[in-house]
Amino acid sequence: MELDFNLLGNALVSGLLLGGFYAAVTVGVSISFGMLDIVNIAHPAFIILGSYIAYIANSTLGLDPILASILAMPAFYLLGMAIYHIYDVSFERRGDNGLRGLAFFFGILFITEVTLVLVFGVDYRLVEASYIGISIHLGPIDLPLRLLVPFGISLVLMGGLHLYMSRTFIGRAIQAVAQDPLALRLMAADPSKIKRIAFGLSLATASIGGAILIIIQPVEPSIGRDYIGRIFAICVMGGLGSFAGSLVAAMALGIMESMTSTFFGPSWSPAVSFGFLLLTLAFRPSGLFGRA
Amino acid sequence: MRNSAFFAALFGVAILVFGAAKLIDNPYVFFAGYVVLQYIVLSTGWNILGGYTGYVNFGTAAFFAMGAYSTVALHKLVPEMPLPIMMLFGGALSGLIGLGTGYLTLRLRGTFFGIATLAMSVVVQTLITNWSFVGGSRGAYVVRPDTTSVFAIDYIEYLFLLMLGLSVIAVGVARAIEKSKLGYGFATIRDDELAAEASGVPTLRLKLLATALSGGFMGMAGAPLPYYVTYLDPASGFSLSYAVNTIAMPLIGGTASWLGPVIGAVLLGTLQQVATVTISSALSLLIVGVMLVGFVILAPRGIIGWFAPKRGKGA
Amino acid sequence: MSEAILTVSGLGKRFGGFVALADVELEVRKGERLGLIGPNGSGKSTFVNCLCGTLRNDAGTVRFNGRVLDGLKAHERTRLGIARSFQLPRPFTTLTLAENLRIPLLYVVQARGTIGDIDRRCLDLLDMVGLAGKAHHLPTDLTQIEMRKLELARAMAAEPSLLIADEAMAGLSHQEVDDILALLMRLNEQQGVTIIMIEHIMRAVMHFSQRLVVLVAGRKIADGLPADIVRQDDVVAAYLGS
Repeated sequence: MELDFNLLGNALVSGLLLGGFYAAVTVGVSISFGMLDIVNIAHPAFIILGSYIAYIANSTLGLDPILASILAMPAFYLLGMAIYHIYDVSFERRGDNGLRGLAFFFGILFITEVTLVLVFGVDYRLVEASYIGISIHLGPIDLPLRLLVPFGISLVLMGGLHLYMSRTFIGRAIQAVAQDPLALRLMAADPSKIKRIAFGLSLATASIGGAILIIIQPVEPSIGRDYIGRIFAICVMGGLGSFAGSLVAAMALGIMESMTSTFFGPSWSPAVSFGFLLLTLAFRPSGLFGRA
Repeated sequence: MRNSAFFAALFGVAILVFGAAKLIDNPYVFFAGYVVLQYIVLSTGWNILGGYTGYVNFGTAAFFAMGAYSTVALHKLVPEMPLPIMMLFGGALSGLIGLGTGYLTLRLRGTFFGIATLAMSVVVQTLITNWSFVGGSRGAYVVRPDTTSVFAIDYIEYLFLLMLGLSVIAVGVARAIEKSKLGYGFATIRDDELAAEASGVPTLRLKLLATALSGGFMGMAGAPLPYYVTYLDPASGFSLSYAVNTIAMPLIGGTASWLGPVIGAVLLGTLQQVATVTISSALSLLIVGVMLVGFVILAPRGIIGWFAPKRGKGA
Repeated sequence: MSEAILTVSGLGKRFGGFVALADVELEVRKGERLGLIGPNGSGKSTFVNCLCGTLRNDAGTVRFNGRVLDGLKAHERTRLGIARSFQLPRPFTTLTLAENLRIPLLYVVQARGTIGDIDRRCLDLLDMVGLAGKAHHLPTDLTQIEMRKLELARAMAAEPSLLIADEAMAGLSHQEVDDILALLMRLNEQQGVTIIMIEHIMRAVMHFSQRLVVLVAGRKIADGLPADIVRQDDVVAAYLGS
C-alpha cells in the first residue's frame, strides 16, 4: 500500500486536535476518579447533558454554545455538589462504595440517557456558530475551526484548572484529600466539604465538555457511552489525577483513533480506545508515566 | 435443604410454571415468559460474580451477545445442530471470554475490573459489527422453525422450556455455591481479600472461577436469542438495557442470596413486559434506572432484606 | 537446641527509592517465642508482609521448614503453616464469628487432610478466646479487644506451626494485654506453636520473648536475650531512648 503523506499529515493533525478535546472531557474524571477515587461512570452522560443544554440555548436563543456552557457551569456545579452529597451519605460513610456506589452511578448514567431520549428522541442534534464550517489551510493540511476552537478552549480549561489546583487553598486541599488525609487535617479542612466542592467542579467541566463536543460532532443521547472508554482510558493512561499526563495520553489516543479511522474505516475507531484501556489496565495500570 | 432436594423442588416449581402457562393458553404468555426467564438466568449469573464476590460486571451485554452470535455462526455452519448443544457452545465461549478478561484485570482493584468489562463490551461489539460472516452491522436473519423436529412442540414453547430448564440449573447452582466451601470463599473475597489470602483462600483462582461461571450462564442465556427474535443486529444484541437490567435485578431483589436475583428478575422482568406494551419501552427502562438508584440508596439489602432477620442481633 | 523453622537470609525490599528492608538475616527455632521490636517505620510490618507473601521481597530468601518460599502466594504460605494476625483487625464483616473461623478450617486444615466436625471446632476455638457466646454475631458487634481475639482465633484456626502476631495488643488496657499474653503463652507451651510477636508495649515483649530482635531503618541492629538487648547502647539510642 502506498502511503499518502497528505492523508497521514491530516490524520495526525486532526488526531492532535481531537486529543486536546478528549483531554477536556477527561479532566472532570481526572478530578473525580483520579483525585477523589470516585468512579463516576456517569460523567459522559453529563457531558451529553451539557451538549443538549448548549443545543437548546443555541437553537432557541441563538446563543453561542460555548457562552451557553459557561453560563450553565454554576448549575452543573450545584448538581455535582448535590450528587456527591447523596453519594457521601449513602455509600462512602457506610463503607459501601464498591458494588453499590458503582451501581448508583451506572443508574444515573442510564436515567440521564433515557430521559434525554424521551425528551429529544434519538435524532442527531447540532449547533450553529460563525466558526463552524470554516477551515484554515496550511499547505496540504486542513485546520477546521470546528476542531481548532474546541482545542483552544480545552487548553484554556486545563490550564485554568491546573492553576486553580496548584495555587489556591481549596485546590491544594483537593489534591491532598485523596493522598494525604493527615495534611488535610493539618490544613483544618473538612474532607467531605472539600470533596463536595471538587465533585461540583468536576461536573462543571462537563458543561464545557458538552458544548465543545456538539461543536465537533452532532450529538444523540447514547454517544456518551463511546466516551466512557475514551475518558477512563485517558485517565488511567495519564496516571490518575495528572492533568499533564492525561493531556499527553489524550493526544496519543486522538492520533491513534484518527489514524485508525483514516486507514481502516470509522467503524473500527471505538475499539481503539477501549482496546487501549484494556491493555493499559492489564499491563500498565499505573499509567504510561507512572511508577510500574 | 440438601442440594438434591432443592433441585427437585425447583423442578417441581418449573413444571407448575409450565403447566400454568399452558392453561392460560395464549402464545403471548410463552413469548413474554421467555424474556422473564432469560433475565432470571442473567441476573443469577451476574450475582455469582457481583453479589457473591463483589466484583461489578458492566459487560453483561457482551457475554449475552457472544452467546447469541455463536448461535448465529453455528446456525450458518451446522444448521442441523440442536439448540441445546449450541447453548453449550455459547456458554463455553462466554465463559472463556470471562476467564480472559478476569485474568487480565482481576489482579487490580475491583473498580478497574468494572471499567474493563465496560470496555470489553464495546470492543466485542466493534468486532461483531465489523464481522460480515455474522451479518456485521446489517444484522443476521435466523429462520425459526414452526415446531421442533422431534416431538413437534411449538417452537416458542420449546424456547420457553429450554430457558426454564436453564433457569432451574442456574438457580440450583447459585444456591449450591452459597452453602458450600466455594461460597464462603467468595464471601471472604467480597469482605477482605488480604484477610482471605491470609486465611488460605486462593483468591485469584476463585475470582476467575466466578467470572467464568458467571459469563458462561450469560452466554447460555443468549444462545437461543437469534431463534427468539429471528433477526439480530449488534445494536439490539448489545443493548445497554441488558447490562442495566442485569445489575438492577439482583440489587433490587438483594445480592446476598440466590433468591434476590430471582425476585428482582420476576418483578422487573414482568413489570417491563407489561410497561412496554402499555406505556413505552423507553419509559419502562427509565423506571428500571430510577428503581436501581432508589434501591441502592434506600434499601441496600434489597427486597429480601425487608424480610430476612438481621443476623447477629440477639441470635 | 532444636532445629530452625524459619530462616531469612539477605532479605531486602524497596518501595521506589525508599529502602524498607536491607539484608535482614534471621533464624527462628521450633517452639521459640521471638519478640520483634523497632520504632515506627522501621520495617517491621514490611518484614511480616514479606514473610507472609503479602509483599514480594526484592532480594534474599525466606525458608520455612527448609522449603524456599519465594514466589509463593500468601494463601500457599498459610497452607504450609504460617499464620498471621493483622495489625488492624480485618474480620470478614458479612460473616458471623463462627463462619469467620470456618474459612481457615475449610481452606487450610481440610485441604491438609481430614477434619472432624467443623462446627464443633469453630465453637472450641471461640471458646478458647472467650467469644463462644457470640458465635452467631457479626464482627461489627464486637469491641476492640474482642476483635483482636477474633483475629488471633482465626489465625489459630489455620493450625499454624508459626504464628506472627502483628501488634495484637496496641491500644488495649493493662488487663486486656495480660489476657492476650496468656493466650499466646498457652498456644506456645501447650501446642508448641512458634510465635513471632511484633509489639510496642515493652512490658509485654519483655515478659513474652525468649529472644529479642531489633529492626531500625530496615536493618537488624540487635539480636539476643531480651535482658541483654535492652542494655545495648545503640538499641537504647535508636529506639528505647527516643
